[in-house]
Amino acid sequence: MFIVNYRKIFFAISIAAVALSLFAVFFYGFNTGIDFEGGAILEAEYPNGRPNIEAVAEAVHAKFPEAQVQSAGDAGIFVRTSDLTEAEHQELLTTLALNGAQVTEKQFNSIGPTIGRELRQKAWVAIAAVLLAIVLFIAFAFRKVSAPISSWKYGLITLVSLAHDIILPAGLFAFLGKEVNSLFVVALLSILGISVHDKIVVFDRVRENLKLKSFSDFTTTVGKSLEQTFARSVNTSLTILIVLGVLWWFGPASTKDFALLLFVGVAIGTYSSVFFATPLLVTLEKWQGRR
Amino acid sequence: MLKHRSWAIVLLLAGALLGYFIFASEPKLYSSTTSGTSTPPFAASLSKFPFKLGLDLSGGTHLVYRADVSQVPSGGVSDALESLRDVIERRVNLFGVSEPIVQLEQGSVAGGSGSEQRLVVELPGITDVEEAIRQIGQTPSLMFKTERPAGKEKDDIVKAHEAYQEGLKTGELQFSPLLAEDPYFLDTALTGRLLERATLEFDPTTNEPVVGLQFNDEGAALFAALTKANVGKNIAIYLDGAPISIAVVREEITGGKAVISGNFTPPEAKQLVGRLNSGALPVPIELISTQVIGAPLGEKALKDGLYAGIFGLLAVALFLIVWYRLPGLIAVLALLVYVLILLAIFKLIPVTLTAAGIAGFILSVGMAVDANVLIAERTKEELRRGKGIMEAVAEGFSRAWTSIRDSNISSILTGIILFWFGTSLIEGFALTFVLGVVVSMFSAITVTRTFLYALGIKKRNALVSFLFSSGFHK
Repeated sequence: MFIVNYRKIFFAISIAAVALSLFAVFFYGFNTGIDFEGGAILEAEYPNGRPNIEAVAEAVHAKFPEAQVQSAGDAGIFVRTSDLTEAEHQELLTTLALNGAQVTEKQFNSIGPTIGRELRQKAWVAIAAVLLAIVLFIAFAFRKVSAPISSWKYGLITLVSLAHDIILPAGLFAFLGKEVNSLFVVALLSILGISVHDKIVVFDRVRENLKLKSFSDFTTTVGKSLEQTFARSVNTSLTILIVLGVLWWFGPASTKDFALLLFVGVAIGTYSSVFFATPLLVTLEKWQGRR
Repeated sequence: MLKHRSWAIVLLLAGALLGYFIFASEPKLYSSTTSGTSTPPFAASLSKFPFKLGLDLSGGTHLVYRADVSQVPSGGVSDALESLRDVIERRVNLFGVSEPIVQLEQGSVAGGSGSEQRLVVELPGITDVEEAIRQIGQTPSLMFKTERPAGKEKDDIVKAHEAYQEGLKTGELQFSPLLAEDPYFLDTALTGRLLERATLEFDPTTNEPVVGLQFNDEGAALFAALTKANVGKNIAIYLDGAPISIAVVREEITGGKAVISGNFTPPEAKQLVGRLNSGALPVPIELISTQVIGAPLGEKALKDGLYAGIFGLLAVALFLIVWYRLPGLIAVLALLVYVLILLAIFKLIPVTLTAAGIAGFILSVGMAVDANVLIAERTKEELRRGKGIMEAVAEGFSRAWTSIRDSNISSILTGIILFWFGTSLIEGFALTFVLGVVVSMFSAITVTRTFLYALGIKKRNALVSFLFSSGFHK
């Protein structure tokens, strides 16, 4: 199986991609949404046409110096500020109605800083908890497989490749400057859940082939297991990618970035099951042999 | 085989019934597809089960308050919070919106100074957030006041007020500490705190709506003392700092009953009764998060979510049939049953659908296919080894099962942790996702298997081989 034989090339690709993603995260940083940062956003529309956006921005800045004002579509407007009290909210609305222009509020969201801090902490804990739970579960599920590599190593490989699967999309989002909010974390957690499916299916096949002693050595066993599960990996991912593509294209505006992130994550997760996690089994076995 | 065929028919019938249930319990859906005035049978009893839409789809207001319990002794915190919730709930119920939500929540910032007590209020359909916040936060202050005796003090205060009014005209304002005093009435200890309940009544002679007050024992004693000391004088009832009713006392009133007659319209009187009964907040609250979603935005999100669901399902069905042929068609049937079961569960529990929840549902459709793909691939492999169709199907199932089981368990684990992470936005996603995974396991094992066995193909010929192969194979 060429993937197993040329595994070092694929490892190099994955390592480079992870390094690039980490660089993107640290260099560009995340564009955190208000639910993590605290703050307010207001989306409104001018049904009778929008006044000059710069004039509106100027008026808003006079009262809310750190506000960011953006146009949205032909007649819409987006304002992001620090968190607002109800009185400030009303004042912002009045300010937007420049020279008596009619304004309809489409949505408003103001979140205090403590809620943001709490959610940020919870996000980290949730990601760590999901990773830990999956690793423990895999070590448990594969507990009867001990030769040639022990079951906790399946768990370890899963952990490493799952980290790979969320670091890459996270790096992409940092690079694109997309908003990082609670849906972003949900998407990352879902990527973990979906991409572990792939890994389990391949590992399960390895487990079965080892039990049946179908092939002479471990490298061949892994290579053949990959071949046998390849069609399923691709086709399952394809159906998930189809629905995510549809969700991205037709779905609600609020879940567009979510669908995009999941799309990228599922594609990467499938890639890593085939080209990263499974060949890693062989590498680990080889290391053991040398000692 | 007869057994499998009868089971297959039962499953199809059950699916049809579920479909009817989902259709008939959506009055809007039904009336938009039929022109007549007729309703489907049982529609009335089924309409108790509409889809429950979250605020981001229906439009509405979501408010989070922080409750300041620092002044409450540590043992009484939970009692104080419970009664806070009750008071807010009564105030919110006055809005007359369907299914408002008022719930307590505990914030947990690790390393912070203890946990924060929060109160979440959701008002579907209300987008006038200013008015909503005012009504929730407002404590009606009711106070009985007695006439200020005539004398120098009264004259001074009246003069100060007159000077101020004069100043308003000339532009030279004269401020005096006496302005804070009411020139005509004096505060008493009798306030809304001592109220037992308020009721809506009608004056027997004028037929005008009035508000009846019943004081508790302490209030009744005070009221008796007040009336006794002020026979022949005025007593004023102040609501929110303004006089609402002034009446002359004729005799001492015992029993603690009083009436406010303030030229109310019936709705005004009713609202006042509600506000007086809901009482004062046991602990102070502070608004820390506001979210308002306009109804048009919600409607659009709902429509988009619906389209994404339908098109996603169609695209997956097309892919399955084109690629996996007969097993693909059966997978589509299983997927349909899966969708129907899931939608019915959404209605019955009921699960609050949000944009994220719909995304979770659509994602689970993609994942539900996984089990079917695994089974189809495994069956194909066994066929390649030269086994008979039914034998290959049976083998394909048992071999695919461990993969299906293990991968789904890990999904459920993820879903549970997601649920814990949950703000309401995410709980919707986690719940639909976990339900989806569980139901998909059921539909893959039972429905797909029953249908495949029910086919009852015994012999392998060219057609059967074609139907069971996939992709570009002939």
